[in-house]
Amino acid sequence: MSPPIDFSLRRRTLLAGTAAAAAFSAANHRGAAAQSAGATAGPETTTVKLSVNGEQRELTVDNRTTLLDALREHLQLTGTKKGCDHGQCGACTCTVNGERINSCLSLAVMHDGDEVETIEGIGQPESMDAMQAAFVEHDGFQCGYCTPGQIQSARKVIEEIRAGIPSHVTGDLTAEIAITDAEIRERMSGNICRCGAYANILAAITQVAEESA
Amino acid sequence: MRAFSYEKPADPAAAAARAAEVEGAKFLAGGTNLLDLMKLEIETPLHVIDVNGLGLDEISETEEGGLRIGTLVTNTALSADTRIRRDYPLLTRAIAAGATGQLRNKATTGGNLLQRTRCPYFYDTNMPCNKRAPGSGCGALTEGAFSRQLGVIGTSDACIATHPSDMAVAMRALDAVVETVTPTGMTREIPLEEFHLLPGDTPEDETALMPGELITHVRLPAPVGGTQEYHKVRDRASYAFALVSVALVRQADGSGRVALGGVAPKPWRSDAADAELPNGASAVMSVLLDGARPTEENAFKITLAERTLAAMLKEA
Repeated sequence: MSPPIDFSLRRRTLLAGTAAAAAFSAANHRGAAAQSAGATAGPETTTVKLSVNGEQRELTVDNRTTLLDALREHLQLTGTKKGCDHGQCGACTCTVNGERINSCLSLAVMHDGDEVETIEGIGQPESMDAMQAAFVEHDGFQCGYCTPGQIQSARKVIEEIRAGIPSHVTGDLTAEIAITDAEIRERMSGNICRCGAYANILAAITQVAEESA
Repeated sequence: MRAFSYEKPADPAAAAARAAEVEGAKFLAGGTNLLDLMKLEIETPLHVIDVNGLGLDEISETEEGGLRIGTLVTNTALSADTRIRRDYPLLTRAIAAGATGQLRNKATTGGNLLQRTRCPYFYDTNMPCNKRAPGSGCGALTEGAFSRQLGVIGTSDACIATHPSDMAVAMRALDAVVETVTPTGMTREIPLEEFHLLPGDTPEDETALMPGELITHVRLPAPVGGTQEYHKVRDRASYAFALVSVALVRQADGSGRVALGGVAPKPWRSDAADAELPNGASAVMSVLLDGARPTEENAFKITLAERTLAAMLKEA
């Protein structure tokens, strides 16, 4: 269906309206399928408690809600981006209990009691994290859409190398792992940048790794 | 995604009992493959049993000198374990060759074995697929289909999908054993060799697990030593499924083991082919890939597998 023509609508409002219409038609589709496939065995919503950027949050969500949608739609933390929604692009990367994951491939209900950190918790424009500052300094982005995920991954890549977690390009599996261009590139392969800022992203990560050595 | 109810069971046996009892139930571990398939409505569970937090995330040493890996040990934790890196480097190499850092942090040992094929006809719900919709036909075997990524051996007229795991290929070479708990609370052991089924006329049946049966551990026998290598050939340098992968264990006397990924519905290995290792790559592959039925598009995998092993033997 075409969106209502109302020039007073802001872009975000228009998108939200379109999404609601899509959700409505999807719900009808589901209703039809559910009748033929049987009923669920209990409640379709769950209450979950999360620590998000150090703040305790309690949410009651449809069981289908991904961690990504819980952050964006329920907690209004829109810094974490939805790209492919299938774990292929890395735009949704955030940190759970200290490890980077694809928040689009995890259900919010799986994270009861977990500690989640999003880009908003890493730094703010007036108090940027070292990796955020390095991305700015090196032009590690153009459109910026993949950037929160890139920064989340980049910070963890340095930690993972220092923790001795081997990668596909690691040589000796029993020796200390050096922070090389090849190690950084391989470990960042789950974060796609269609503007192609890879060379500058690599420069930013290398700078932070060297400064924190 | 279809609506579902959700529960966290108290222990593995309770999880298995509930999975057998509740209609349309499915286990959820890391979720990296299951949630993707649920979004596409290829998987449509009515009830999700979250097995995280059941204490199955430890690696312990066995009396036989091997390791017992909890089913919820993540791919990252398994690949980084100092005992695995030292005694089973093949497994570390295979895991590190798959997916991405984010996915490996969430993907689990048992889940990796149970992941579904990435055949494009399985993923596209507009296409026929005997695995997804039994009896609908095989989209990959129609005229002009894209079969470059798909299987060349162990396949059938009903299905030519491959098993996508790298980890499983290494585990097959290492003679891993899958431990389970059944819905009646009994434990069972299934050698990895017998764990994945060939498609035959029923490609929807993928494993030897009975309804509700839960993987609890994967056991590795005592280390086999030798030089261990995993070579994965793919279209991108990182984050792509294998066209062909070769797991190789080579002993000083020239004997050893070879398992292949990317060519079959399960990790592909045979004792008879292993015995040919001292005679070179061509001898191994003529036995291991005997009876292959490639399509025009993926016949190159036969040559690629032989050349990959030949390169590894030359370097070893």
